[in-house]
Amino acid sequence: MAGIASYGAYIPLHRLSRPDIQKAWDSMMPIPGEKAVAGHDEDSITMAVAAARDCLTGIDRQKVDRVYFASTTSPYKEKQAASVVAGALGLSKNTLTMDFSGSLRSGTNALRAAMDAVESGAAENVLIACAETRIGAPNGDKEMSFGDGAAALLVAKNGPVNIEGSVSVFQEFHDQWRSDKDTYVRSWEERFAREAGYTRIVPPTVAAALQKFNLSPSDIAKAAIYAPDPRLLGMAAGKMGFDPMAQLQDPMYMSVGNTGCALSLMMLVAALEDAKAGDNLLCASYGDGCDVFVLKVADGIDKIKDRRAIKRHLEPKMMIPNYLKYMQWRGLVETQAQPRPPINHISVPALWRDMDWGLSLHGVKCKNCGTPQYPRQRVCVICQATDNFEPYSFADKKATISSFSHDNLAASIDPPTTIAAVDFEEGGRIVCNMVDRDPKEVKTGMPVEMVFRKVHYFEGIHNYWWKCTPIRC
Amino acid sequence: MGNIKGIRDKVAIIGMGCTKFGEHWDKHQNDLIFEATKEAIEDAKIDPKDIEAAWAGTWVSGFDGRCLADPLKLQYIPVTRVENACASGSDAFRNACYAVASGAYDICLAVGFEKLKDSGWSGLPDQQSVPSNRYPDRTAPGMFALMATTYFSKYGLSPEEGKRMIGMVSVKSHHNGTLNPKAHLRREVTIEQVMNAPIIAWPLGLFDCCGVSDGAAAAIVVPADKAKDYRPDPVYVKALQISVCPSEGEQRADYDFTQVKATVRAGEAAYAEAGVTNPREEISMAELHDCFSITEAVTCEDLQFSPRGKVKEDIESGFFDLTGGLPVQPDGGLKSFGHPIGASGVRMLYEMYLQLQGRADQRQLKDPKLGLTHNLGGIPISNTVSVLIIGL
Repeated sequence: MAGIASYGAYIPLHRLSRPDIQKAWDSMMPIPGEKAVAGHDEDSITMAVAAARDCLTGIDRQKVDRVYFASTTSPYKEKQAASVVAGALGLSKNTLTMDFSGSLRSGTNALRAAMDAVESGAAENVLIACAETRIGAPNGDKEMSFGDGAAALLVAKNGPVNIEGSVSVFQEFHDQWRSDKDTYVRSWEERFAREAGYTRIVPPTVAAALQKFNLSPSDIAKAAIYAPDPRLLGMAAGKMGFDPMAQLQDPMYMSVGNTGCALSLMMLVAALEDAKAGDNLLCASYGDGCDVFVLKVADGIDKIKDRRAIKRHLEPKMMIPNYLKYMQWRGLVETQAQPRPPINHISVPALWRDMDWGLSLHGVKCKNCGTPQYPRQRVCVICQATDNFEPYSFADKKATISSFSHDNLAASIDPPTTIAAVDFEEGGRIVCNMVDRDPKEVKTGMPVEMVFRKVHYFEGIHNYWWKCTPIRC
Repeated sequence: MGNIKGIRDKVAIIGMGCTKFGEHWDKHQNDLIFEATKEAIEDAKIDPKDIEAAWAGTWVSGFDGRCLADPLKLQYIPVTRVENACASGSDAFRNACYAVASGAYDICLAVGFEKLKDSGWSGLPDQQSVPSNRYPDRTAPGMFALMATTYFSKYGLSPEEGKRMIGMVSVKSHHNGTLNPKAHLRREVTIEQVMNAPIIAWPLGLFDCCGVSDGAAAAIVVPADKAKDYRPDPVYVKALQISVCPSEGEQRADYDFTQVKATVRAGEAAYAEAGVTNPREEISMAELHDCFSITEAVTCEDLQFSPRGKVKEDIESGFFDLTGGLPVQPDGGLKSFGHPIGASGVRMLYEMYLQLQGRADQRQLKDPKLGLTHNLGGIPISNTVSVLIIGL
């Protein structure tokens, strides 16, 4: 039987207050809460990497034999995202990478595919990295409700969480869609979508799954069920026989928002954080049909709780100062160009050649004097020994900053540009940018961690590299 | 430094020229090259046809020897373009001097120039050398600000105390610039103005940063034993040293931003070549690479003008003022001239040359013997530095 061997999640640090959106548009309907917003240098790939790194805490990465990236917001229409994720994680070159896209069920589709692959014996450790960064049309209900977030699961033969099985239905249906020509999500009248769609599809599929595994609704400790808004979930809960307060996993509408195909997996991760051995869990998604999973928590769940997952990602946050700033970050408003030289053409051979040091933050360690150094060198910076190095990964090493500045001259969408000299506890330095920081809080000697971010977009190429942030939590 | 051979007293400068530095909207770099060289040729009282070989120092305003041959219509002589970041002008001069010292030529020309104000950008044009663009966003002020952050922290200065210390560096240089008709910025500033100016890269404010400008400067060098054939008061080359850092501050966590090792090394080598044993006492005056106020402060320690961590005392006592024990930036420095990259090193020599000949007008120092110039190309973690000494 396939199981969940590990889990992780990622929620961007930045949050936008819904009353700020309302104020900007002078709209009538007050909607409370806030939504999580990817930073200006984050996208579904970087967030998938962040969730995957959380999920792989303490796990030998070379064991991973497949990566399934799931999102309706891959930065590329043509070009795989899973390969970027696998590259950033420094996984084995033999890893099978796949993208699951185009559906709000992409996350659970990937989970089903992982389950099938493990059960069939075709794969042993499948990493699912699911992230979503949908943009709602300005001054619309989806702008209010959509949030950004990511979840990751490691599906393996003997996880402490057994996947008992899954039931799916499909429904060809235009209640919500985004064509290849659309920037924003479209939808039909809300009442039609609710009555002919969600409430007709989700409750019966959940019921069918419970019946298949001889469970009654009261046997479920927590149900992680996708819904476009919490009101609809509350209405459907009764139909499904769940006590909304006790049994439904919080869809995080007030704090994160609707994270699309990542939502049900993020809710499942939140449920796993609180789960104890013996619990039955249920996870359901919705989008042109419904996927339902029934899971049973076994002994050993406590061994994988050292994760940031949902809870520890939710607490620390930074409010986006105003709605215009959000629009600028998402490219929804054109602003005056800064009087700095344009970024250079990105060389594709250089990207390819720099795969190890650029994508996975690998440097080298001198076999003669033992000094880690970044990037890759041919001559040791300390002892000048030549070509006597072993590969060395900096991504997860402890570090502090020995110097910093806040640069207002560098062109930035979020000035000032913070520059930091990151000194690693076990040796080596990387001078890079610092993000997700309050400039007033930056001090020499402050501990930092490395994060995978987008550094440029140029001529259709999303260019990723690494930055540092204060320790998130 | 016992192995420094060098060319002390083998080469002399017999003519120099320098344009006004500034925003020369109405001039091409060829105009600036022509004007600086014309002044140098007239100063040396030679015929342009006497020039046997030439070196051009520029960062981004020219590519090869044609950048001098074309505007000056040099007649089929060897011309080489030298690029060594902000030390390009100093290195062009160094190459011309070596050519003379080798005996290959009797009259050589070195011209440093840069035309930056055609770009329309704030700050310098980027010279990013990473083709994958996987590189942090950073500018020169951002990188030199790291020095200030760490210097303040290492020596226990509050941001206020630290900014006051480096602010006084700028107040001094602005004052000197008011006395120089060739400077770009010729205005006194107060310490309050400096400390309250808008932040360019924390903790550096507007007046902690040098400007961007256009300019050119030129020098004509001959063998020392022939110098007096041209003029009674030639100035002799005492030391020409360059030190290039292997970018180790990028990778070595033990580099702490409160010194520039290449400056220390180039300084030590230059003192050995010139026979200087006590720089604080023997160097009469200096033009340092004050791209930022903190750079000048740290350079004064790197070149042994002040003990480590003690430059604040010398800044506060006025030791580096025109009236002090070791005047620094008597011409106003990069602070007042701006920094047309390739031109700056030769512009620094121009001031030392005038001072040594007693031709520096209102800025004239009393009886200088040795003048030092320091050019720092790059950033604190990765750089190329020249230290040149000329004298009587």
